[in-house]
Amino acid sequence: MRFLLRRLAFYAFTAWAAITINFFLPRFMKGDPITAYLQKHQSEFNPEAIDSLRTLFGLESDRSLLQQYIDYWGLLLHGDLGRSFSRGLAPVSDVIASALPWTLGLVGIATILSFFIGTGIGSLIGWRRGSRADYVVPFATFFSTVPYFWMGLIVIAVFSTTLGWFPASHAYDKGSSPEWSWDFIGQVIAHGTLPAVTIVVASLGGWILGMRNMMITVLDEDYVTVAEAKGLAPQRVMTRYAARNAVLPQLSSFALALGFIVGGTLVMELVFSYPGVGKLLLDATNAKDWPLMQGLFLVITLAVLVANILADVAHAILDPRTRMMES
Amino acid sequence: MSLSTFPTTSETEENRTTEPQRPTRLSRLGKSFAMFRNPKSITGLVILGIFALVAILGDVIAPYGPLDKDFYALKQPPSAEHWLGTTHLGEDVFSQIVYGTRGVLVVGLVAGVLATFVAVLVGVAAGYLSGWRSESLSALTNVFLVIPGLPLIIIVASQYDNPSIVLISAVIAITGWAWGARVLRAQTMSLRNRDFVQAAKANGERLWRIIAVEMLPNLTAIIASSFVGTVTAAVLGLTTLAFIGVIPITNLNWGTILFWAQQNGAFPDFWWWYVPAGLCIAILGMALSLVNFGIDEYVNPRLRSAGERARAMRKKGMSLTGGVTEVRTADDAAAPPDAAPEPEEREAALRR
Repeated sequence: MRFLLRRLAFYAFTAWAAITINFFLPRFMKGDPITAYLQKHQSEFNPEAIDSLRTLFGLESDRSLLQQYIDYWGLLLHGDLGRSFSRGLAPVSDVIASALPWTLGLVGIATILSFFIGTGIGSLIGWRRGSRADYVVPFATFFSTVPYFWMGLIVIAVFSTTLGWFPASHAYDKGSSPEWSWDFIGQVIAHGTLPAVTIVVASLGGWILGMRNMMITVLDEDYVTVAEAKGLAPQRVMTRYAARNAVLPQLSSFALALGFIVGGTLVMELVFSYPGVGKLLLDATNAKDWPLMQGLFLVITLAVLVANILADVAHAILDPRTRMMES
Repeated sequence: MSLSTFPTTSETEENRTTEPQRPTRLSRLGKSFAMFRNPKSITGLVILGIFALVAILGDVIAPYGPLDKDFYALKQPPSAEHWLGTTHLGEDVFSQIVYGTRGVLVVGLVAGVLATFVAVLVGVAAGYLSGWRSESLSALTNVFLVIPGLPLIIIVASQYDNPSIVLISAVIAITGWAWGARVLRAQTMSLRNRDFVQAAKANGERLWRIIAVEMLPNLTAIIASSFVGTVTAAVLGLTTLAFIGVIPITNLNWGTILFWAQQNGAFPDFWWWYVPAGLCIAILGMALSLVNFGIDEYVNPRLRSAGERARAMRKKGMSLTGGVTEVRTADDAAAPPDAAPEPEEREAALRR
């Protein structure tokens, strides 16, 4: 299983790089907002919290860089990401944990939907190449080049402000609090529909185009001709022979797209005031809440990394060659 | 060279020798732009050209200054005086869009050039080298692919009170080069073992010459498409950043217009304020993707020929996706190729 080891080494390396970048980011920062903040609010912190903040932001000029780095790792392994300035000094990890489920739920569902719908449409267009179905491509491309926030605002203007079909913002109605009841779940669905639909529409184009191009390339292969010559049902040739092979590059771009999608949801959460990770990052940026910003960046990067691992596993299951070649 | 041995015929000879030379040089130049020579790419390039003209001639085209305020015309719908209406401060929206074109194109171009430069450098090196050097470059590329771009840009930009346009472009480029490098690495690896590269190596050519003369011409299409891709990403990134408010409002671009429109409650009533800027971004993005479609079809001709072939077969009443292959009658099969000679041939025959 050399393949597995190589991938593991890669992920370990990437995680290490992300954490190290996170370590150096505040050390390149101009000025020192942390010290100023600490001096102003010294009484509100307990000494322990001040200590961890100093480590996170490289304020211990008396210690060597290496020692700082080791201390930093020690804090991370304990799950201590410092205290959030803008959220009443709550631990950063708690603040992030409260926002993460919203982003993961909404964006996860929207992304998976978009991937399946787009890949399905793409393989159909590729299969019926040269027919009128080709006209879908320019439309889908148009929607993927439209700036996402603009589309979101227009969708709000039309479906929420003018028609009043869906609520325009937040994840649930004001005044209610998260609970497991049908009423609350209905609210979440109503509030999530517009954001999810816009994410799907905006990202569909890339999946359609990628799948169509791969289908057309694969359909020229000999094994497809053989399958047709054997007299297999067209449906079977399309799904089992052509699409199954065409989907492989889609999977690797699916993994990569997750990185861009995390960025895209940032804008979505801003436009729809959705209480997820992206909104949190923007609020933290506006409030100059460095500990929260740093923690969020780390969590987002690690989330993308985990998504990549999952996509890799799926790739290995679907394509035996990736397992065979390396071993 | 042969001219000196036949001095008497130098004039006619020179005419004769330069004439066939010029087309070859031209056609060689033409060949390196062949990927743009299809309707899709040309349409995209024409739209890009129009935007570039607007950016260059901004001062001439715009009827007002971008921040000129007309307090007697606040939030006016489009009229003869203000073609695209006015903002809450009486600024002319059309003029703002014209001036904003410059900001968008400059950032797109600078970020695209920087990112493509890094992508070529890292990608070709990683593809040509082997062993640990190739592996480490490829690991670097993968790290940058995984790091989420927009959050990083926001964090970096927020550390500066007034980030300059070059800094913004550079940050966009740093987060955007990795995809191009990955594609280039794969293509270079497949080129490395081709005969002509091996021959150049055996001839004792220097490394930079092999890369510059033997490899790069075969990578132009991929380089072009990665350039176009990064420019698209940079344009979307810039307008998004401006809309979020991370970029100072002094840097006028289409995203800033949308930022002001949203801040001042333009949605949904004052459509003239927010629709044009968003459409401009979409049209620019569309033009860039059209160019990329053209390049894709040049790199992978099946993408175009598959559709044409299918259409031609359907015209003959055959179904490409049907399970049963229809048998063509003899005259059906023989007729097309012979009956329609090439137009040039026909012309030549007529002249004869």
